[in-house]
Amino acid sequence: MNTSHYCPHTPEEIQEMLAAIGVSSVEELFAPIPVELRCSTFNLPAGMSEFETYAKLQAVAADNNQNLSLFIGGGFYDHVIPAAVDHLSGRAEFYTAYTPYQPECSQGTLQALFEYQTAICRLTGLDVSNASLYDGATGLAEAALMAMRATNRTKVVVDGCVSPIARQVLATYLSNQDAELVELPPLDGLLNRDELAKQLDGNTAAVLVQYPNVFGGVEDFSGLADQAHAAGALLVTAVYPVALGILKSPGELGADIAVGDGQSLGNPLSFGGPSFGFIAAKKSHIRNMPGRIVGETVDKNGKRGFVLTLQAREQHIKRHKATSNICSNQSLCALRGLIFLAAIGKQGLADLARLNRDKAEYAKARLAELPGVVVLQTAPTFNEFTISLPKPAETVVAALLDKGIAAGLPLGRFYAGSENMLVVTVTEKRSKKEIDQLVKALEVALCN
Amino acid sequence: MSEIYFTKEHEWVKVSGSSAVCGISDHAAHELGDITFVELPAIGKVVKQEEVMAAIESVKAASDIYAPVSGKVVKVNSELDDAPEKVNESAEEEAWMVELELADAAELSKLMTKAQYEDYLKTL
Repeated sequence: MNTSHYCPHTPEEIQEMLAAIGVSSVEELFAPIPVELRCSTFNLPAGMSEFETYAKLQAVAADNNQNLSLFIGGGFYDHVIPAAVDHLSGRAEFYTAYTPYQPECSQGTLQALFEYQTAICRLTGLDVSNASLYDGATGLAEAALMAMRATNRTKVVVDGCVSPIARQVLATYLSNQDAELVELPPLDGLLNRDELAKQLDGNTAAVLVQYPNVFGGVEDFSGLADQAHAAGALLVTAVYPVALGILKSPGELGADIAVGDGQSLGNPLSFGGPSFGFIAAKKSHIRNMPGRIVGETVDKNGKRGFVLTLQAREQHIKRHKATSNICSNQSLCALRGLIFLAAIGKQGLADLARLNRDKAEYAKARLAELPGVVVLQTAPTFNEFTISLPKPAETVVAALLDKGIAAGLPLGRFYAGSENMLVVTVTEKRSKKEIDQLVKALEVALCN
Repeated sequence: MSEIYFTKEHEWVKVSGSSAVCGISDHAAHELGDITFVELPAIGKVVKQEEVMAAIESVKAASDIYAPVSGKVVKVNSELDDAPEKVNESAEEEAWMVELELADAAELSKLMTKAQYEDYLKTL
């Protein structure tokens, strides 16, 4: 038989294992699988030395262009990561630990998650947070399920200005539930309030909105919570956490549940992951919250300690009573979020947010000067905004990519008729020089 | 004078006229350990005998509570919302959970008397 270079077992070991389960050959082991369904080759090269493998992987990695001037956001943002984040989260105590199923053994991890929960509660202005979720999009879907449990209703109304990616995850989650999902088409890049009023009825469990929204607009949602509550529904807000440095928190807006993606808090873009989702809620909804929650207690000697609490509905304990079909808590990424928030502090977050807003305002003003470029001006923006171009945005983005600039997120793939719309994002990492280069490159691309 | 009956799933029901007040047995409360939450049904909900009526959470698990008899929920013990520990303290008295409007008195014949339940516990 053919022993692969990638297989660590010796022929003797393989024989031993086969004998233990009572078959004579690997062929016999796989006999129940029809030959035509078996993999004839794994298409792997012959074995290489460690050095050769490393060189090969480095060459593949080098094909990734990591020196782009990045103006793409759309839910994931290129923010500065303080050195403390890498250093502390890289400590072996945190880096190698799996999620704490045995609380008594994991006091350090549990304390970190407890502090993470505290940070998320302060950031969102809400009472309780779990120890993190898989990502922001699944957080939004979990919030919808939470609201359905809390209200005993089945209709979920989502603003079409919520991230299209998150809405797709939401739709997938609800497709096999006894649920009705209503999407409100955006009105000039904002929530369509007349349509919302029509959808608020005795079966509406939740109203889901996002700020800043996918077009970059920061809509004034004051009064929205009262409107939802009057119909017996909950208000769920998806938020961009860095923006909360200067915007009203979900709690101040009267939201019942807040969710978001934590990538922008100390986690690298890393080609799309991993990240973490956060979810926070009013205390009255804690029983309906998915995932694990870390609590503070005292041991028998009266010393402060931490435990996994309120986990009776966790999947590993009571599957059919579980409040979530994922219990992926992203401990390490959430820890990075905590260290990020602790490192920059309350004032630092506000300063960072202002810097983002100011740089984006500069870019917005410069881009608006270009002939044929129109800025969508229906609401104030934070660090991203939508412009319309005299050409398809995909074409322009491709042209600028050749110049080392990732100009933004074209909206055409998400909204019909928006082929010329581009969402441009400016974080604190973009220098004035880079913004000026973007403007110049765009001007050239639009002339050609 | 009301009579008390028990199920094999450790619920009790006290029937007086058409009123059937239910809870879980002292034995069940003891076995579950520290009870942290009782999820009660909505008033007006109609339940069938042996169907899930409520749920109870202890420190480490969530368990279903089954309806000992069929009927409509007319009252729930909302004091348990804030004081679930009452179930540990007084499972068969103060910590009643649900009052049903008894639908079919004949269903009581499927249940155990207190003496029968005590014998049943010895077999577990």
